[in-house]
Amino acid sequence: MTLADITIQLLNGLAGASSLFLVAAGLSLIFGVTRIVNFAHGSLFMLGVYIAYSLTDQFGRGSPLAFWSCVLAAGVAVGVIGFVVEILLLRRIYQAPELFQLLATFGLVLVIKDVVLKLWGPEDLLGPRAPGLRGAVQVMGKSFPEYDLVLIAVGPIMLGLIWLVLNRTRWGVLVRAATQDRDMVGALGVNQAWLFTGVFALGSFLAGLGGALQVPREPAQLFLDITVISDAFVVVVVGGLGSIPGAFLAALLIGVIKAFCIGIGDVQAFGTTFSFSKFTLVVEFVVMAIVLVIRPWGLLGKPAGEPRHTAATEAPLKPLPGWLVLGFAGLGAALLVLPVFTQSYLLILLIDVFVFALFAASLHFLMGPAGMVSFGHAAYLGIGAYAAALMVLRAGIPMEATLALGPLAAALGALLFGWFVVRLSGVYLAMLTLAFAQIVWSIAFQWDGFTGGSNGLIGIWPPAWAAEKEAFYHLSLVLCAAGLLALRHIIFAPFGAILRAGRDSPLRADAIGIDLRRHQWFAFTLVGAFAGLAGVLHVFSKGSISPETLGIARSVDGLVMVLLGGVQTLTGPVVGAGVFIFLQDEIARRVEFWRAILGLVIIVLVLAFPQGIVGFLRGRFMRAAA
Amino acid sequence: MLRVDGLNAHYGRAHILADVALTAAKGEVVVLIGRNGAGKSTTMKCLIGLLRPTSGEIRFEEKRIDRLAPHAIARLGLGYVPEERRIFTDLTVMENLEVGKRPPRPGLQPWTAERLFTLFPNLGEMRNRPGGRMSGGEQQMLTIARTLMGNPACVLLDEPSEGLAPVIVEQMVETIRKLKLEGLSVLLSEQNLHFAALVADRAYVIEKGRIRYEGTMSALAEDEAVRAAYLSV
Ligand SMILES: Nc1ncnc2c1ncn2[C@@H]1O[C@H](COP(=O)(O)OP(=O)(O)OP(=O)(O)O)[C@@H](O)[C@H]1O
Ligand SMILES: [Mg+2]
Repeated sequence: MTLADITIQLLNGLAGASSLFLVAAGLSLIFGVTRIVNFAHGSLFMLGVYIAYSLTDQFGRGSPLAFWSCVLAAGVAVGVIGFVVEILLLRRIYQAPELFQLLATFGLVLVIKDVVLKLWGPEDLLGPRAPGLRGAVQVMGKSFPEYDLVLIAVGPIMLGLIWLVLNRTRWGVLVRAATQDRDMVGALGVNQAWLFTGVFALGSFLAGLGGALQVPREPAQLFLDITVISDAFVVVVVGGLGSIPGAFLAALLIGVIKAFCIGIGDVQAFGTTFSFSKFTLVVEFVVMAIVLVIRPWGLLGKPAGEPRHTAATEAPLKPLPGWLVLGFAGLGAALLVLPVFTQSYLLILLIDVFVFALFAASLHFLMGPAGMVSFGHAAYLGIGAYAAALMVLRAGIPMEATLALGPLAAALGALLFGWFVVRLSGVYLAMLTLAFAQIVWSIAFQWDGFTGGSNGLIGIWPPAWAAEKEAFYHLSLVLCAAGLLALRHIIFAPFGAILRAGRDSPLRADAIGIDLRRHQWFAFTLVGAFAGLAGVLHVFSKGSISPETLGIARSVDGLVMVLLGGVQTLTGPVVGAGVFIFLQDEIARRVEFWRAILGLVIIVLVLAFPQGIVGFLRGRFMRAAA
Repeated sequence: MLRVDGLNAHYGRAHILADVALTAAKGEVVVLIGRNGAGKSTTMKCLIGLLRPTSGEIRFEEKRIDRLAPHAIARLGLGYVPEERRIFTDLTVMENLEVGKRPPRPGLQPWTAERLFTLFPNLGEMRNRPGGRMSGGEQQMLTIARTLMGNPACVLLDEPSEGLAPVIVEQMVETIRKLKLEGLSVLLSEQNLHFAALVADRAYVIEKGRIRYEGTMSALAEDEAVRAAYLSV
């Protein structure tokens, strides 16, 4: 690389950083004041891109003034959307546990995605270039787009404007005060509801503007929501939650590192080829993992910013009443004999339910008793599944062996990542799990020669004795039920009790000499194995596997299942998985826009049952019984 | 001005306040006195709406406020100075005051930052200092100043003398007397009988969430039996 190359990559990185900073700044502001981790922030960015595409396409081709008005209008439009969303949805759930808020914003992600699909269609849309900035300038003998130069300036300008608003206006002072102690601000006569609405609208505006500014550079695409939200999470966490300058610094850092990875391309060394451009997908997560381990609160963050309990507070565990034990035994028996009566599609669906019940239960163990919320639990499902598939295809190892080796592989992955993860807590911990999942995903996605890349692997079928649907159904039922019972057993065992004690009062656990971190590390590894088992069963039931199995969306599915059912009981994730699989199947078969419906169902459920379905039922029946 | 009747409050299942009743008239300084954990702060939190009472009536200037949000109660003219101070540590003195600022209230001389600096001269010398870099006493002054910026008609002061050096406590006595002269009502919570005796007109003794004694401050000061039963350490 010449000096000129390096300069160009640096400029590229800075240009990319501006939009990223705007999104991250909005996310950070919203989190600071409302304590909501807004999963839908990437979706707001995407809306900004699409709205700006339509506006500039229609009205923005003529003059620079017209173009920039369109960009600004798109930002404002997204701000207004944020305003409405806050009033209609978020305002009702500020008192709900943090995770339910997260779930509701994820419902929004689904809804917005389908709205965009409906309005703009599935094709990539490339907007017009900015009038007056269509050319390129020469930088050290290389050409660099004029528009990108302007973008480079936008980042610092917006940073300055945000600083002015926060420091030189009464509203900004209130926002900063509320970031520190929102109840006190309320007790001083400030209406928090409107403050929150305002902050959410401003954050949405910034996301929308960030999106709108990208229109001349990149096409509008439907997957932007997820890529942008994970980028923005990384930036916010690296910079320090709630710190705007931190977000700016982190956006620059990550933008530049990414641009360099693309710029370096393939490098020959030690006789092999390293592809740095392929590394781009993971590099930000590697940066984040390093920063979080060295500075757990981000570059400019403060430890005090830690949110309240991430796990829903729960009543002490109680053994199931006798009638429920009988009920479960009856249900198990009924499921065992079910294939006598039906050979249908129902069995296939039920296999999915079993697999995901185990997956969700393992996540529940982590979130409930162990008090660690994972945003990337699908990684371990995926490692188990990929390990099994690779063993069968590449080494001819039989399925029976993979049922043990797959979970072992997942446990090893969890052992490795868990070492880092248990060093953090709360939202930071969740983000780190997300980062690791993303790393695993990129390996599966990019290592074409080994994992089959984006196509995945096919032809992974069970041996003859389990090839019949009925036989595999029984196998899954027995293994998943055994897994669930084992998890339940562990929750009530001394190990589970220590975890719960540590979760509820880490200081006390520390004082009586419990090495909580070590227990959590072990728990993380353990649930990794259970998720891995679910993954092995999953791959053999489908006969194929692709990177989606361990994508962010799948991890979120798991969260939805657990939260739908409720974190308080182990029955919760099982019921949640069942409801989720059937809902998804029902809706997906019947309507085109199933995501939006699913999203709305999630939102309605969160509004109606902030304790989850099982928590709600239990509250009902236990009270009735008392 | 302020009237509480049959107030009950719970934290989870724990019954913290039982039928608390008290009043404070305009321009009166009333003290709620009791030992650690008696329920003083809980009473204050119910009054300002940070904790929703399970039953009971709270009236402020004849208006029911027990179902209102904290900001609505504050806007009616009830100011709250929390026990833990809860200064915005990232904000400067001036910015802390700005957060508390509300429009003037008819019949009361409006507070401005400058007028507060005559009441708390040392705050005036550190206008741009972040709240986090102030001493405990300075922070205590700042919380009171911040609440006064809202031009309240009645102030709830939760243990203002706690952990303060004797000189600062003296200053606090002066401050409360001045507030009374301005025509404000003050409901004060205290453990320190000596401090209470210097400022209060009337006293309520609270123990285990119940009001055990009600009377003028001077009567309480003379009532050895009550003091021995509920207040001695
Ligand atoms: N957040 C809480 N959750 C549960 N119990 C609480 C909580 N806050 C206070 N309590 C309990 O309520 C009771 C009354 O507490 P409160 O803070 O009102 O006492 P206080 O009279 O202000 O005492 P102090 O002089 O120590 O400030 C105590 O027994 C305390 O343990
Ligand atoms: Mg107290």
